[in-house]
Amino acid sequence: MTSVRVTDLVKDYSIRTGLKRTRLRAVDHVSLELTPGRTVALVGESGSGKSTIAKILTRMETPSSGTVDVRLDDGTAVARSRYRREVQMVFQDPFASLNPFHSIEHHIARPLRIHKRTTTAEETRERVLEMLERVNLTPAANIAPRRPHELSGGQRQRVAIARALAPGAQVLIADEPVSMLDVSIRLGVLNLLGRLQREDALAVLYITHDLATARHFSDEIVVLYRGRVVERGPSDAVILDPHHEYTKLLALAAPDPERPGRVTSSDPVDRETIDNSTCYDHFTGSWQEAGVPAAARAAAP
Amino acid sequence: MTNLASPTALDTAADEPAPSGRPARAGWRSLLPTMTPWLAIGLVLIGGITLFAVIAPYFVGDPREIRDMGLTGPSAEFPLGTTQTGQDVLAQLAFATRGSLQIGIIVGLLATALSALFGIYGAYKGKVLDEAFSLLTNVFLVIPGLPLVIVISGFVPRESRGLWTIAVVLAVTSWAGAARVLRAQTLSVRSRDYVAASQVSGEKSWRVIVVEILPNLLPVIASQFVFAVIAAILGEAGLSYIGLGASNSATLGTMLFYAQNGFALSLGAWWWFVPPGLMIALFGMGLSLVNFSIDELINPKLKNLRLHRKRARRAARLERELARDTTAKEAVR
Amino acid sequence: MTTATGAAARPVLTVEDLTVVYESDEPVTAVKHADLTLHRGEILGLAGESGCGKTTLAYAVNRLHRPPARIASGRITFHDKSGEDIDILALEDAELRAFRWDKLSMVFQGAMNALNPVTTVRAQLRDTLLAHRPGMSRKAIRERSEEVLRRVGVDVRRLTSYPHELSGGMRQRVMIAMAMLLEPQIMIMDEPTTALDVVVQRDILREIVRLRDELDFAVVFITHDLPLLLEISDCIAVMLEGEIVELESAQRLYRDASHPYTRRLLGSFPSLSGSRGAFIRTGVDETAPVPAQASKERA
Repeated sequence: MTSVRVTDLVKDYSIRTGLKRTRLRAVDHVSLELTPGRTVALVGESGSGKSTIAKILTRMETPSSGTVDVRLDDGTAVARSRYRREVQMVFQDPFASLNPFHSIEHHIARPLRIHKRTTTAEETRERVLEMLERVNLTPAANIAPRRPHELSGGQRQRVAIARALAPGAQVLIADEPVSMLDVSIRLGVLNLLGRLQREDALAVLYITHDLATARHFSDEIVVLYRGRVVERGPSDAVILDPHHEYTKLLALAAPDPERPGRVTSSDPVDRETIDNSTCYDHFTGSWQEAGVPAAARAAAP
Repeated sequence: MTNLASPTALDTAADEPAPSGRPARAGWRSLLPTMTPWLAIGLVLIGGITLFAVIAPYFVGDPREIRDMGLTGPSAEFPLGTTQTGQDVLAQLAFATRGSLQIGIIVGLLATALSALFGIYGAYKGKVLDEAFSLLTNVFLVIPGLPLVIVISGFVPRESRGLWTIAVVLAVTSWAGAARVLRAQTLSVRSRDYVAASQVSGEKSWRVIVVEILPNLLPVIASQFVFAVIAAILGEAGLSYIGLGASNSATLGTMLFYAQNGFALSLGAWWWFVPPGLMIALFGMGLSLVNFSIDELINPKLKNLRLHRKRARRAARLERELARDTTAKEAVR
Repeated sequence: MTTATGAAARPVLTVEDLTVVYESDEPVTAVKHADLTLHRGEILGLAGESGCGKTTLAYAVNRLHRPPARIASGRITFHDKSGEDIDILALEDAELRAFRWDKLSMVFQGAMNALNPVTTVRAQLRDTLLAHRPGMSRKAIRERSEEVLRRVGVDVRRLTSYPHELSGGMRQRVMIAMAMLLEPQIMIMDEPTTALDVVVQRDILREIVRLRDELDFAVVFITHDLPLLLEISDCIAVMLEGEIVELESAQRLYRDASHPYTRRLLGSFPSLSGSRGAFIRTGVDETAPVPAQASKERA
């Protein structure tokens, strides 16, 4: 059982055009908390900074400032060397995240060996089959020697999930894990993630732009707009009772057959006036200033 | 609406069809090109010439032995005739082919190793190292190869200008192009998710390069190697032809050099210059044909082109027939 | 949702018994005996998952299918505004070129990357116009170009831009502008919004519906996103393995789908505001008819 506390994360990119350097703030003072057994959905359009946060959490990027604090159940901080064992990621595109050259077994056996979960070749093999069965890829002995291209998209994503869990990870970053899959198998993969989460009490960060699955899959939704959190709260509250204008627009843009005619209706607010300077927090029921350190956060007018 | 399937059914993968069709080859087997007539010709050429280079020197006489029968045409005793000084052309050809092949393979290996170091490692590490390696590659790329080789070979005194000196000189001037290609390929492979995924799993850098990236570059490396061998053989032949080749070894280039010096062309002694020239051309052709097949691996579109064209023609014909049938039927009506 | 009233009487495209076969070692039938009628001013949704043949069907209608795909049987008739019926399959190459884009245009999948990167938007619009309306004056070309851009909600100043200077949503709009440049009677759109953000998608959908209302063309909208189709289309055809398994008005399809696959597809989308899909989080499907099944999962 591991939890993650992200505090005041900032990531700046410097863009060089000719001789001029401009700074682009991709993530601006984002704080969030992942606790065992809970799912937090990070929602926003492309370029809102959600992938940058995923990269920082998986240590593929370093933050410009802010802290990522990962702690075990007993309160000890997770050492750098153990970080990758605790925090793992499921990538968006199952067609790109598995190496076409290697067998399915290789993909799951490597993390087992790297993190010394198994010692002998025999044991590794058994564990690989066990992992495959856990993600409902049966018969596992038949799947293990195959290559990625012999599996369908949904099956590949199951392999990717098994790989992420192989080191014994307790924190899972799922970056749009179903958006590349055919619709009829999406719920199956989400259900699998949900089941694994309940079994292992995983802390999950679900990154998506699909509000409907965000609502049903997660406990909490954090809405990101141009690098800042503009709304957060329990998932049903954020979707059914959005406060920030951007969230309202997002909710309006998602087709909902039960309430037809919304997508093609006219904008409720002028798009130009939407800003990201304030954030509505459903937990406290109040507006706050966005893009400032958590400690200095004042109630917004 | 309650038309959702139950969760039990939903989280199994059983109902999901796996990609159909014949299983494509993968892993090590996927690195082997499919057999085509062109590849077969190429392999036969390379195999034949290599065999000749390895075995023939043991069966022919001393290529340097001077006889009192200068410039005779092919005969039973000397199937490829003799040189101006009465040396056996066939014997010379056997040893020269061996020499050229040696140079080609040594240079191919050296150049490929250099290009892999500067292309792959630099691109993977990125940032300053990549910039530095790129700069170096670009500098070597714009240095005109043959003139530099001539200058370097000219500086090295003739006595110490051995096989290895020439090989190193050729390798140093020829790795840059391949490094550029490998760098571009590495950058593309490095940005794929599976590389990121293996980094996130905690793989060490060298393992990511060797186990995850390198296999996907092997066809490119093989192609660059084949290309380097061709270039080296031709480059060495060019150097030898102008008299700057290795001093202690006989190659196809030195043969041509002596043929040129002996006025073989103007004397009409075709048996002296045609065999080495043809040998270079055939070996180059063989390697090129193999290279085409490797290209098909790198670019699968090329692979299916011929098959695709055949099917497309058939489909177009069937469609035309159908159109004709319907028009005919309508006319009857 | 606006349903084109009285449109039922005026079909613009009829597809009868269309079969498309891919010639390979074992010929694959990508579209099997498809029947479709598209009416003037109607938005017809074509839903289905990857590999179901929906794109092949759309391409065949325009005869854009490339060998080794071939049309093995069927008739495709275009009913022109003038009252003339055109048999698309019988058109000669030159006639076909004149027909395409002029009467029937297409927005391809990933069309936003289909713009020529080295010429301006203006030049690309001009080239299309000149290809089909050779005698058009310079002034008329400029006016028409500006008009179509305005229609899709792109600033006229963008005419001088190069494609890379535009955002994805903007490029997609330019492609739609290009498709409506010659006032076609049918527009076929293959996943026109899949690569875009939901907010941008919303803009484009609104634009399509508005243009349909104003210009009365018919739209074939191809996507795997069934809720989106329910939102904008009048009729929806569901394709499965090359067959159109269901063709219904959008409301009837949603309330009362007859084919099990349609029901399964509908069930694949959790509801935004309703409770459908809620079991993902809890693991217990409260809406399922037999709740006992859920508990068996752990056993």
